[in-house]
Amino acid sequence: MNKIMFFAHLRDSVGEESVTKDVSGKTIAELKQMLAEEYELKLDSVMAAVNEEFASDDEVIQDGDTVAFIPPVSGG
Amino acid sequence: MNFEISKDPIDIQSVIDKVVQREAGAITTFIGTVRELTHGKKTLYLIYEAYESMAVKKLEQIGTEIKERWNGAEVAITHRTGKLDITDVAVVIAVSTPHRADAYEANRYAIERIKEIVPIWKKEHWEDGEEWIGNQLETVAYPKGEPEAKDLNE
Repeated sequence: MNKIMFFAHLRDSVGEESVTKDVSGKTIAELKQMLAEEYELKLDSVMAAVNEEFASDDEVIQDGDTVAFIPPVSGG
Repeated sequence: MNFEISKDPIDIQSVIDKVVQREAGAITTFIGTVRELTHGKKTLYLIYEAYESMAVKKLEQIGTEIKERWNGAEVAITHRTGKLDITDVAVVIAVSTPHRADAYEANRYAIERIKEIVPIWKKEHWEDGEEWIGNQLETVAYPKGEPEAKDLNE
C-alpha cells in the first residue's frame, strides 16, 4: 500500500491530508493522471516527492512508498 | 538541531547562537517578516503550512550546499508555521563565515533556495478572501521538476 499526501490547495480540493491506495508499479505521471481524474485536480505543474525526496514523472512507485504532491512552494 | 520548523515564535538570538564559532569573522542574520501590503493589497494575516519532515531535510540540504560552496560556513535556519500576524517573524537564517562577504552571499543563497525547494506554503488572508500562494494560476510550469531561478521573485 502507499500513502499519498496532499498539501495547500491540493488538500483543500481533495478534502483529505492523505489517502491510502495501492499504486505500486505506477509511475508518478500515471498516478498524477489517475488522481487528476478522480479528484478533478490540475497536477501538471505540481512536483512529486517519494519518501521525502523530489521525484521525476517517470519514477516508478514501489510498495510502501509515501508519495507527496508538492504545489509550488511559498515559504520564506 | 540547526534546521527547524517551529509552531512557536522564533527566538532570533537562539538561531544566531547556533552558528557562533571561533573561526568566524562575521555572522549575517536574515529575518523574514510578514508584510502588510503586497502590490497594494492589504494582508490581514498568513497561515504557513509545511510538509514538516521533508522541509527539515530540505533545510539541511541547503546547509550542506552552503558548506560546500563557502568554506568554513556554519548555518542555522528556523521557519515558522501556523498563523502569523503582520510584522511577525516567519523565518530566521543565520550564517557565520571567516570573512563577511561570504556570510552575506551565503545567507542570500539560503533564502532563495528556501523559496525553491522547501515544502512550505503560505495562505494569504485578505479582507475580501483567502488564497494559497505559490502560483495558483498555474502560469509557471517546472519542466525540470523544480523551480528555476527566474521563478523566484518574491
